[in-house]
Amino acid sequence: MKPATVRRTDFRYRLGLNLRAVVGRSYPRIIGANREPSWIFFEAFLPLLGIAAYVFIYQSFGTRTIAAIVADGSLTQAQRDAAIAGARLWVNALVATVVLGGTMVAFWLNVLWSMASQLYWEKEIGNLQLYMMAPMNRMALLGGMAVGGMFMTSVRALSTLAAGVIVFGVVFQVADPLVLIAVFFVTLVALYGMGMMFASLYLLWGREAWNLSALMEEPIFFSSGMYFPVGGLFKIPGWGPAVALAGSLVPATLGLDALRQLTLGPASNSAILPLAPVSTELAVLLALAVVFLVLARYSLAYLEILAKREGKLTSRHQ
Amino acid sequence: MNTYWRTFKVAAWLGWEMDSNWTEPWLFVIYSIVKPVAGAFILVLMYVVFVAIGRPQGDQAIFSYLYIGNSFFIFVASVLFGTFQVIQSDREWYQTIRYVYISPISYYVYILGRAASKIAVATFAVAITLLFGVFFLGVEIHLRWEAIPMFLAATALGLSVLLAIGICLGGISFLTAKHTHGLAEGIPGIFYVFCGVLFPLSVLPAWGRAVGQGIPLTYWFDITRRLLAPSLNVDSTLVGYDDLTILALLVVSSIAFFALSVAIFKAGEYFARKAGKIDMTTSY
Repeated sequence: MKPATVRRTDFRYRLGLNLRAVVGRSYPRIIGANREPSWIFFEAFLPLLGIAAYVFIYQSFGTRTIAAIVADGSLTQAQRDAAIAGARLWVNALVATVVLGGTMVAFWLNVLWSMASQLYWEKEIGNLQLYMMAPMNRMALLGGMAVGGMFMTSVRALSTLAAGVIVFGVVFQVADPLVLIAVFFVTLVALYGMGMMFASLYLLWGREAWNLSALMEEPIFFSSGMYFPVGGLFKIPGWGPAVALAGSLVPATLGLDALRQLTLGPASNSAILPLAPVSTELAVLLALAVVFLVLARYSLAYLEILAKREGKLTSRHQ
Repeated sequence: MNTYWRTFKVAAWLGWEMDSNWTEPWLFVIYSIVKPVAGAFILVLMYVVFVAIGRPQGDQAIFSYLYIGNSFFIFVASVLFGTFQVIQSDREWYQTIRYVYISPISYYVYILGRAASKIAVATFAVAITLLFGVFFLGVEIHLRWEAIPMFLAATALGLSVLLAIGICLGGISFLTAKHTHGLAEGIPGIFYVFCGVLFPLSVLPAWGRAVGQGIPLTYWFDITRRLLAPSLNVDSTLVGYDDLTILALLVVSSIAFFALSVAIFKAGEYFARKAGKIDMTTSY
């Protein structure tokens, strides 16, 4: 019989250990958080209001446009009907754009506040030293956070989608559900991979981390086109395309663009202004997922060594 | 009164240091500008897309309407967050609430003081956003000299109402788990939808219009817009009210919300002490 102090390195044992770590770290997010029912109200219902505001903006644009069409005496009845039908089509496409953007915002905020900032937060409350002493791989810890975060955020994302269909009457036309599922999950893996990479960087940046997360809200909502088709940036000469391309480094940008194409159909393409074909976007998202996961692995190892060397692993409020 | 003023001053200084001393002043200035300007740019792009695909001749009046509303909404988000996050950040993040709470000061005034730095930064951000809109986006602002006193009075009253609402939420947060971000996003969302910030109330269904007309901030946004851009041709559904009536409504609302904030704050405090929740932490 081996003594308990002998380090086991066989693959089966390590795999089991890391899978248990994933389950253990995702448990408080999936089960624990749901023991606080008020989360549902704060995470699922309240954010819908902000999304509703953007929906109403497009509806007010649509209302004023239709009023102008009706008041235009130069149009024949047939031209007027066609113009009104066209206006209703682009209003539906833009409202759907906001609804899909709202679901992605939920995941992005989760990545920022519950992935990227999490290791820093764990340091502040004294859990980080326990994680560092535990025998599992640190990536398993981050993986567990990601799995739990995805599950927790799905509640909000689903309620946003449901509100879009039921309350705002958005019409989705899904032609290729398998590709849709593939794009969605690859986007999430890339997005949470980015969050895992940020988690270790935030450990290095310390107190600035909180402010960095706050800074990556509106600017990323803007550059990723969360509430408008990101192709709209190409309508602004000069800096617009540059912002769109820079924003494409955040997986949410291309993921959203592909999801909009896959759920609204080719008839709405003139309204959702797609950046690239879905297959191209899926390939780029796959590449981003691999790159971010590899970078997360290396930055975590580097930052752990650096933090230990400088003695900052357990120092709070720095 | 002297103790209140001293508490306010020290809390304001503390709030300013906590907000700004994590970085160099120039970086803090950029940080304070980038967020609201990016928020405004989301609306600009929504309008650009609308013009590109729906109405090539544009609709400058509705753009100015939403841009001005959005600029002043920076106050709503900052002041509300600045007040109700104090309890949760002291309790959950810094874990210093027990020391501040047992010190011989008014905790209510302490929260107001902590919010003061957020109001200062928000004022700067609103000014920058408006100037950017006027000089680069063609937003129609024509504030007349004689309208300035009324504009300042309306702004002060609007901020008072916001502070009182923030304290009400703070009182509730004594009893809730770590919901700062949900509240920060959700409560302003209510005002974003129902107060005619970005679109005229006429877009809302009848019940939504009624809700909006029951919230004092709706009148604050309307009078602000009337004074800053009197020539906008957008029906806000409040044309029946003249400027002085709206100002009087804001005075009454400020007093009513102040009384409500004291009541809710005291009740929250009482129940939190009774349940032993004053210094609880919820670390999911």
